Formats: sequence, structure tokens, C-alpha cells
Amino acid sequence: MSHVSKVFSNGTLALSDMSLTVNSGEFISLLGPSGCGKSTALRIIAGLGAASSGTVAWPSSKINARGLPEGDIGFVFQEPTLMPWQTVFGNVFLPLRLQGVSKPEARERIMATLGEVGLADFADAYPRELSGGMKMRVSIARALVTRPKLLLMDEPFAALDEITRQKLNDDVLRLWRTSGVTVIFVTHSVFESVYLSNRIVVMRARPGQVYSDMPLHTSYDRDALYRASEEYRAACFDVSKTLEEAIHVGGGRH
Amino acid sequence: MSMISQGAAERDDAGTDAQVAVLLPRASAREKTLRIVIPILTVILVVVAWQAIVSINHIPKYILPSPVDVAVSFFTSDWPILLPALWVTLQITFMALVLALVGGVAIAVILVQSRWIELAVYPIAVILQVTPIVAIAPLLLIYTPNTQTALLICAFLVAFFPILSNMVQGLKSVDHNLLNLFDLYGASRWQQLIYLKLPAAQPYFMVGLKIGGGLSLIAAVVAEFSAGSSGAGSGLAFRLLEAGYRLNMPRLFGALLLLSLTGVAIFGATSLVSWLALHRWHESAVRREN
Repeated sequence: MSHVSKVFSNGTLALSDMSLTVNSGEFISLLGPSGCGKSTALRIIAGLGAASSGTVAWPSSKINARGLPEGDIGFVFQEPTLMPWQTVFGNVFLPLRLQGVSKPEARERIMATLGEVGLADFADAYPRELSGGMKMRVSIARALVTRPKLLLMDEPFAALDEITRQKLNDDVLRLWRTSGVTVIFVTHSVFESVYLSNRIVVMRARPGQVYSDMPLHTSYDRDALYRASEEYRAACFDVSKTLEEAIHVGGGRH
Repeated sequence: MSMISQGAAERDDAGTDAQVAVLLPRASAREKTLRIVIPILTVILVVVAWQAIVSINHIPKYILPSPVDVAVSFFTSDWPILLPALWVTLQITFMALVLALVGGVAIAVILVQSRWIELAVYPIAVILQVTPIVAIAPLLLIYTPNTQTALLICAFLVAFFPILSNMVQGLKSVDHNLLNLFDLYGASRWQQLIYLKLPAAQPYFMVGLKIGGGLSLIAAVVAEFSAGSSGAGSGLAFRLLEAGYRLNMPRLFGALLLLSLTGVAIFGATSLVSWLALHRWHESAVRREN
């Protein structure tokens, strides 16, 4: 995406001249204070709401009528955003159903994806019977069932408790490693971003744009040991400092 | 920092999440029995009290008949008159309800397609709704080929609006993130309607159905009060008025009772339909447990 700006209908300038190149297979965290346009940037990448100016370019040759690569994007919202009248199976089936895949054809893929997120036994449960963490897993399964090349996650675990959140972080890492999907992960947690990503894009507010682009390489596997390491602590310190600077130049308010 | 210890705890993958999805325990057998017995006992008590008051005070039949009088009169002489009349009223009620359901849902779907259509059509629907049907009945009698059609239109107009307005509300209150999700996957308008908007509007539709069901009976009766005719094709409401003019109180009560039972049956049926449709997923049909 290059030189993207977004002005909301109420006149707020959410993004100004933001450029970002995403490479295949990366795990990028978009980190920044609230109001810096992280979610807006993610939505523009997903094609939800057009940019006021600038372009989003895709390497894929298959581009559909709306300028998006066909079936190549999965999106996980801040809330699980499940259809309460559908079972877990029905919710995960949705993206395939919208693509015209029949239920028998889709069954195997759905069950496999549910297995990946550890919910194979809950296919027939309704969302209200599930805990917050499980609902989020269903949402992730739904995003992954189309085997997307790009997975967009908009503060997906912000509303979950710390324990569930860590467990889901590990799950996302595992899915990222096994599937080779590119992930853009919006968060406001320094610890989460350092734990998960191999590239952290710190954003500033007023106007929303990239403040710092920090690659993050580690010799550790990303697990409990990494989280206890000096390297992790140092990275958190660096990113926190950068984030503070970003907040400062953005007007200092959260 | 506490994050280290958490790191170890969450290895246990089946841990906290799996235990949350426990099915709600069923209501105990005793509570279930009481739930049925208590309302029945209350009704029996009221009927006994009614009988006692009439007997003790020697109230004449033409002022307040006792339950026994009503029953005797119904089963000996009144039922050949009242049952065909009930059938007529039922026909009008259910035809009106079906038309209102089909029309209400169809027009609601059209209304939400565009802001302009809604602006254009909604005022007409409101005008039709707020005008008392008793006032339109004489006009309808002139314009329609027969009384039955006039009654049907009256009942339809009354039942139609709650279904329409609930449906419009339901179709509009779809989770915005779900709409975004459908956009993301390139869903067509039709797919959005079938897979998202109509299912999401179900709880609202059920409210409309319950209100519309009750109103269609009330409207059928009121319409007949103002536009009904005597003769073979007359409904319960006309028989009720007629019995009143003749001071045939047992028959009037008989007609009243049939109307009440019909209303209760409609309420029961619509509640059952609503429960069947919603109990698996919607909060309103789930018992709260704290």
C-alpha cells in the first residue's frame, strides 16, 4: 500500500500518506496508540471502505471486481462476530458457502480447520454455548478455512483474559508457522507484538502514519523460554521506547 | 513478572476453555408439574367462585349466568349456531394473519433495499395503521364485493403493521461487523439477504408474529362489530352482539369463551413457533442462571 490517506465523513483525518510494503510470509504487528488509524489501515487493506487517496497494490494476478485478490484474505475482527443462529460448523462454512461450495464438499475442510484450532468436538455447538476464547477460535477458523494468503487480525484478543490470550497467541504462531500465511496483526500491546511478530510497524497519531518499521529477528523459538529471555526483554524495551516517541509526536494523548 | 508462570500454565491445551461449554441443567420434574398445575388450579378456582357468587346471591340468568348455565346452554342449544360462526371468524383471522405475514415480510425486504423506497412507502403504511379500522369499515363495505372481503381487509390492515415495522427493524439491526464480513467475501445482495439479514431478523419477526396473531383476531372481531352482517355467513362477533340484544346471556358468554379460547390457542401457537425457531440460539429463549 502506498501513500494511502483516509478522511472520514466527519472530517477526521485517520490516515495520512501511509506507505507499507508487506512481504510474503511475514508476521507484521501494527502497533500504536488508540486513534492512530491501525484498524483503519487494516480495513483499507481488506477493501472495507475505500482509501480517500493512494492505492493498495497486490502481487496476485487474480483480482476480482472489487480490486481484491480472490479469496486470498481472511479477517478476524475485534469481536468474534459469529452468527448466533448458526452452529460452529455453520459459521466456519460461511466463507465457502458464499463462494458456492456445497456442504458435503466443504465438510472435510471445515472439520480439518476446526481441528487446527482445537474445536473439532464443538462443530455442532452454538456460539452462546462457548467461552470467549472458543468463540475467537471459531472466528480464526472461519478466517482460515478459505486457505488465505493474507490473514488480517484487528486486535483480536483485546477482550480476552491474559491466560486465554497467551494460549491463543501460541495457537496463532503455530498456525502461522504451519500454513505459511502472511499475518498483519493490529494490537496495542507491546508484549504481544514482540512475542508474535518478526516485524513491528509502530504508528503515530494525528496524522496516522508509519512512525517506525522495526524488523525483529530472534534466535529463540517463540515460546515460554523466549518470553523469559533477555532478548525478549530488550526488544520489549526498544519497542516501548519507540512507541512512547510515537505517542509523543502524535500529541501525547492516548 | 507473572507472564512467565502463565507461559507454563497455558501449555495445558484443553484447560480452561473446554469446561465452560456445559449444558444447562433441565428444570426439575417438580417445578415442571407445578408450572402446569398452578395455572389450571387458578382457572378452576375462578370458575368455582363465579358459580358460588351466582348461586349464593340468586343472580338471574339474564344478568349473570353461572358457569353451569353457560355450559348447559352451549351443549344443548347453542353449539350449532356458535361453532359455524367460530369457523367464519377463524377463517378471517387466519387469512388476515397469513396475508399480513407474507405482505409484511415482503414489503419490509423491499423497504430496506433503498432509503428512497422506504421514505416513499413508509408514510402510507403509517397512515393505514393509525386510522382506526372501524372508520374505514363503512367505506370498505361499499368498495368490496362482499362483507367477508371487507372484514378480511380490515383484519389484514391491523395485523400487517406490527409485522412490517418489526421486520424492518430486524433487517436493519444486523451486526455491522457481520455485514463487513459478507462484503469481504464478496457476498451478493441476495446472499446477504438469505444468509444474514433474514436469519438475523428472526427474533424481530417472532415478536411481530405474536403481536400480529393476537391483533388479527381482535381486528376480525372489531371489524365484524362494525361491518358484520346477519345470516348464514356471520361470525362469532355478530352472534355475540345478537345474543346481547336478545338478553341471551348464556349464549353471549359461550361466544365470549370461544373467542377467549381462540385467542389463547393463537398465543400458544405463535409462542411455540417462536420457541422452536429461537430456543437453540437466541438469548430470549434461554433460561437465565446465576
